[in-house]
Amino acid sequence: MKWIDKNLHIKPINTHIDPYKPVENAIITHGHADHAKPGHKNVLATLETIEIMKIRYGENCAENFQILPTNQSLKINDVLIKFFPAGHILGSVQVLTEYKGEKINFTGDYKTTSDQTCKDFEPVKCHTLVTEATFGLPVFQHPNENEEIKKLLKSINLFSERPHLVGVYALGKAQRIINLLRQQGYDKEIFIHGSLEKLCEYYHNNNIDLGKITKVNLTKKKDYNGEIILAPPSAIKNIWSRKFEDPIICQASGWMSIKQRAKQSLVELPLIISDHADWNELTKYIKFTDAENVYVTHGREEAIVHWCKMNNINGLALSLSGRDDEEQL
Amino acid sequence: MKKFSELINKLLLTSSRNRKIDILSNYFQNTSDPDRGYTLAILTNELELKNIPISRIKEIVFENVDNELFTLSYDYVGDLAETISLIWPHKELGSLLGISEIIDVLRNLKKVDVNKTIKNYLSIADETERWALIKLISGGLRIGVSSRLAKTALAKFSNKKLDDIEKIWHGIEAPYNNLFNWLCNDGPMPKIDLLKTFNPMMLANPISKNDFKTLISSQFIAEWKWDGIRVQIILGKSSIKIFSRTGDDISQSFPEIKNSADSMVILDGELLVGRDFTPMNFNSLQQRLNRKKVTQKHMDEFPAFIKLYDILYLNNEDLRDKTWKSRRFELEKWFKKNNNKYFDLSNVIKFSSWDELSNFKKNKIIDDQHEGLMIKKIDGSYISGRPKGYWYKWKKDPKNVDAVLMYAIRGHGKRSSYYSDFTFGLWNGNQLSPIGKAYFGFDDNELKVLDKFVRNNTIKKFGPVREVEKTFVIEIAFDAVNASNRHKSGVALRFPRIKRLREDKPASEVIQLSQFKSEFL
Repeated sequence: MKWIDKNLHIKPINTHIDPYKPVENAIITHGHADHAKPGHKNVLATLETIEIMKIRYGENCAENFQILPTNQSLKINDVLIKFFPAGHILGSVQVLTEYKGEKINFTGDYKTTSDQTCKDFEPVKCHTLVTEATFGLPVFQHPNENEEIKKLLKSINLFSERPHLVGVYALGKAQRIINLLRQQGYDKEIFIHGSLEKLCEYYHNNNIDLGKITKVNLTKKKDYNGEIILAPPSAIKNIWSRKFEDPIICQASGWMSIKQRAKQSLVELPLIISDHADWNELTKYIKFTDAENVYVTHGREEAIVHWCKMNNINGLALSLSGRDDEEQL
Repeated sequence: MKKFSELINKLLLTSSRNRKIDILSNYFQNTSDPDRGYTLAILTNELELKNIPISRIKEIVFENVDNELFTLSYDYVGDLAETISLIWPHKELGSLLGISEIIDVLRNLKKVDVNKTIKNYLSIADETERWALIKLISGGLRIGVSSRLAKTALAKFSNKKLDDIEKIWHGIEAPYNNLFNWLCNDGPMPKIDLLKTFNPMMLANPISKNDFKTLISSQFIAEWKWDGIRVQIILGKSSIKIFSRTGDDISQSFPEIKNSADSMVILDGELLVGRDFTPMNFNSLQQRLNRKKVTQKHMDEFPAFIKLYDILYLNNEDLRDKTWKSRRFELEKWFKKNNNKYFDLSNVIKFSSWDELSNFKKNKIIDDQHEGLMIKKIDGSYISGRPKGYWYKWKKDPKNVDAVLMYAIRGHGKRSSYYSDFTFGLWNGNQLSPIGKAYFGFDDNELKVLDKFVRNNTIKKFGPVREVEKTFVIEIAFDAVNASNRHKSGVALRFPRIKRLREDKPASEVIQLSQFKSEFL
């Protein structure tokens, strides 16, 4: 790591990737709050990521924005930068950088399975892979997301007298769940917590089919029995959820594969749907890239580093600060 | 196995008691024998597969999963059955046998076949089935279903009385075909061997201020509520069995208690330790409980005896429908003939008014020996469970201590959006040391105050646990304090509850743990 450092600083062009604190030059992989921070001077990102940042932080959350579409190259001094779709959320990318013939790929957050709410993941070869490892333990083997969504639909049929409150992250997860429901033919109105509204609207404007969605209105007495209501986990944990009568608490997250975790969070219907790569995807991708070095930014670093050692790859944990695990109940 | 695994998964994730009963009742309704019987046995902890130690399962896992990766995963997940079920790397075609067949196979598995069979089972199972399978082998489901709840579901699905199920429960065995025949009206109520069978006990309700106004004192007698453990003693010819209140056979912990009775009799009493029928305190009794091996030293130091309260059977005659008065007459008659150094009669306290009894309680109670008074209706029969209007307990006044709120967890069911489960502590130097947990005693308004405090004053989160600013004082009421080496503070409170919120009191005025110990222990 001669030309990048532990803080994902690309030294020859004084540029940070997903910096935690405001910097001069930032490349932002995607719009989640632990990757995209307001207050940088210059931001390089995809159009979608820039627009999402503006929705969340306001028009002036950085001084200058520069758009780089996926699969197009940008040369700054001697460093070549190219974005590849990361399949995580709308606008999410991996950042491939090349300097003096050496390729370093920063995955950002990613998943390799297909998702209609964003561009499909594109694998890319590199010498050094800087990867996430949110689900970097072999206990995480995500099941098929359509089978998980069917569980929710089955429960709606079975308990049509109870509202189904689904805990989702406001950006990405919420829209993916709605889209998956539509794919299964669920064409009823879907209700959302107010904090999801703008982002759902943005996805809708990007031609992602979300069908009829309506903001929950708690001042009007409405019967939410048998309806699907999406809300951030914090709202479900909060006083807000007391307004619903006898809800079934659901949560869509990769963490839900751990039953005791679901139980502790008082989740009655866990849906194992993740926007991150599971253990098999992580290890398979590391192998695919032919990388000699693997640096793990955040998550369960130890196991991935151990696995790299078993496979004669140099592994190193960076343990970046400020990265959240996916939001939990 | 699929049906069973889905059942226990659903039960684990359901927090409402009524809903759990519905789920189980549906299962019993829609599952055939002997599957439902084995499930019942597993849920009530009556089935053990002793031939496959869990260490063997670990061995099998380590043959298939990298040791280090497993350890890291187990550290993270925290539950062995879950870790194995999630990490198992192989998938083979096939489907698992039903729960009954699996139990049968596992029970009769030859040692040489264990690895091959278990490996195959783990590979053809889905993730939830694997979890259930390992729970089945390791024993102890820990899914929040008590034996009582399972039986309540049985009563619900069959429209039989829970009390009748309890009466025969301890005399029947898995897979309970005769029980289900009776429940489904396809057979008679199973006959049981009285000499081996625990009979569910009659329990008391706490007496309230209002009760003293409505209850007529001349219809009741009183007894000391001895501070030991309630037991049922079944005496046969030269045999003796002692059961705890929950029906656990604890005879082997008290081998010195012998019987020379010549007839079959079932007695109800309080097990205590002490000399000359003078009880030592509860802490001393604890030295004798839950011991697999009893040494002579223990028996000499803490000799056990029983204060007799009641008689349920005499010479195969069921006395439970008789009045307390006639049962007492039979008990005294039996005692006169059969008394020995292990049995003593609990005295009857007569009184002519509640005031008189109140004075008696105030003047005569001995803190180390008595938990309070029992008040029993003279013409009442012996009814299992906690029937209203017959037996009352009048506990001694609770003790109180002001403590500082330290941690909180959200409650379940109706309380699931409230922080309603609280850990509190006392000062140990300038650090707080937790002394107990309480999740009731407060009213709805006080709960809102507590919940708001927790939300606004969280300083750290550990999973679902919130650590709060150490500024909120709560008054804790409790029945007694026991020395405990399982708790860091060295004390365990009995029956702690939150009596009052002391928003007026600064945390710095809460007492030191050492002071608390010298005062109460």
